[in-house]
Amino acid sequence: MNKIEFTINGKKVATQVEGRTLLVNLIRDELKLTGTHVGCDTSQCGCCTIHLDGKSVKSCAMLAAQADGANIVTIEGMADGDKLHPVQQAFTECHGLQCGFCTPGMIMTAASILKDHPQPTEEQIVKGLEGNLCRCTGYINIIKSVHRAAELMKA
Amino acid sequence: MYAFEYQRAGSVAEAASLLAKNPEAKLLAGGQTFIPTLKARLAQPSHVVDIGRLKELAGIEVKGNVVSIGAMTRHAEVAASADVKKAIPALADLAIEIGDQQVRNRGTLGGSVANNDPAADYPSAVLALGATIVTNQREIASGDFFQGMFSTALQDGEIIVRIVFPMPKRAAYSKFHHPASGYAMAGVFVADTANGVRVAVTGAGSSGVFLWKAAEAALTKTFAAASLDGIAVDEGECIADLHAGADYRAHLVGVMAKRAIKKITG
Ligand SMILES: Cc1cc2nc3c(=O)[nH]c(=O)nc-3n(C[C@H](O)[C@H](O)[C@H](O)COP(=O)(O)OP(=O)(O)OC[C@H]3O[C@@H](n4cnc5c(N)ncnc54)[C@H](O)[C@@H]3O)c2cc1C
Ligand code: FES
Ligand code: FES
Repeated sequence: MNKIEFTINGKKVATQVEGRTLLVNLIRDELKLTGTHVGCDTSQCGCCTIHLDGKSVKSCAMLAAQADGANIVTIEGMADGDKLHPVQQAFTECHGLQCGFCTPGMIMTAASILKDHPQPTEEQIVKGLEGNLCRCTGYINIIKSVHRAAELMKA
Repeated sequence: MYAFEYQRAGSVAEAASLLAKNPEAKLLAGGQTFIPTLKARLAQPSHVVDIGRLKELAGIEVKGNVVSIGAMTRHAEVAASADVKKAIPALADLAIEIGDQQVRNRGTLGGSVANNDPAADYPSAVLALGATIVTNQREIASGDFFQGMFSTALQDGEIIVRIVFPMPKRAAYSKFHHPASGYAMAGVFVADTANGVRVAVTGAGSSGVFLWKAAEAALTKTFAAASLDGIAVDEGECIADLHAGADYRAHLVGVMAKRAIKKITG
């Protein structure tokens, strides 16, 4: 077993993990933060995207032990109390989801796109979302949501 | 995933001694290839040695006319580096075309080159630019390093520390992405270097990355896309799989090469 400590959504966690425990499994099964989804488990779909030290990564493609010392934010850490994060607000307003399975990952990735490009072009959004798959929406409203989030964040 | 013991190395020397002690131990860098491999139970290491935090493997440095990039440098860092963009813009252009932003935030130069996937991007730049692979034991010339699909000159226990890229006079990379995976169906890196014109092809060759000698000879005479008219790579040497036949890949190589040259000549 490996002793690890990290911060997740502002809370400090100290625990022990097997070498082979995936970060996503620790987050979902032990910490019960089930907003982070497992869509493919093969690094393709981006449903499991979280922020690790401020950067989007796929938590199904990381060992929990690798996150020792890290600062992690999951979808549960995005809203400020009852106030949705602007990206969440924009997805709601623009109907950026249907079944919602891909949405946590989409929102985490979209927030990273907006960090790099506060006023993104259509191309920057599409390229930024390459690692996230949605089986429902056809992406049109997801792209709209990212544009809308940029407006909300500027305001 | 089969069980293994996770060990975080504190130095390259410690990583090397952990590998030496345990013949079934394997290195973990960004994990973007290795963790999926473990999950699919295609590997069963006794120990996984994490080199992710080693300062000795970090950093991008420009010295004279070479750019030295640490093995643990993430694709996203290469893509965003002002130094790389200035010294070898084609290398930053290549890095931004790898996978997706999540993969680029974890995946590393050393991991990609050590893995030598026949559809990976970096091997083409390493070969075309005539880079040197510096390991914990020796320096390996790019021409000796790549030895066929997923095969390299690395010995058991050998660790890539950094890769040193000589700056070319001019260079460009052009890639036809696999529409689903993002890997190269064909990727061509063209470089006009102090040692002549070099054209490296990835994604297409059934023995992995290779130099396209006929294109190099034609471009040495006249450096223009039209010089490649009537020249083609040998279909017999190209990958044929469910995504594309060998004839299609051979054709793509020509198209990507011309696009790369046009990026340079305008
Ligand atoms: C969805 C997806 C899309 C991708 N798309 C692309 C793409 O378009 N183009 C592309 O080129 N790649 C692509 N990749 C692969 C990606 O670039 C990987 O990051 C890279 O192949 C491996 O780097 P890594 O740091 O993750 O290595 P790891 O997975 O950690 O290691 C890979 C192998 O290299 C060995 N190794 C690692 N570091 C060293 C070292 N310093 N010395 C010696 N051996 C070492 C490991 O033991 C292991 O065997 C993609 C991956 C995914 C998941
Ligand atoms: S579950 Fe991680 S990428 Fe699909
Ligand atoms: S909303 Fe259903 S997968 Fe995206």
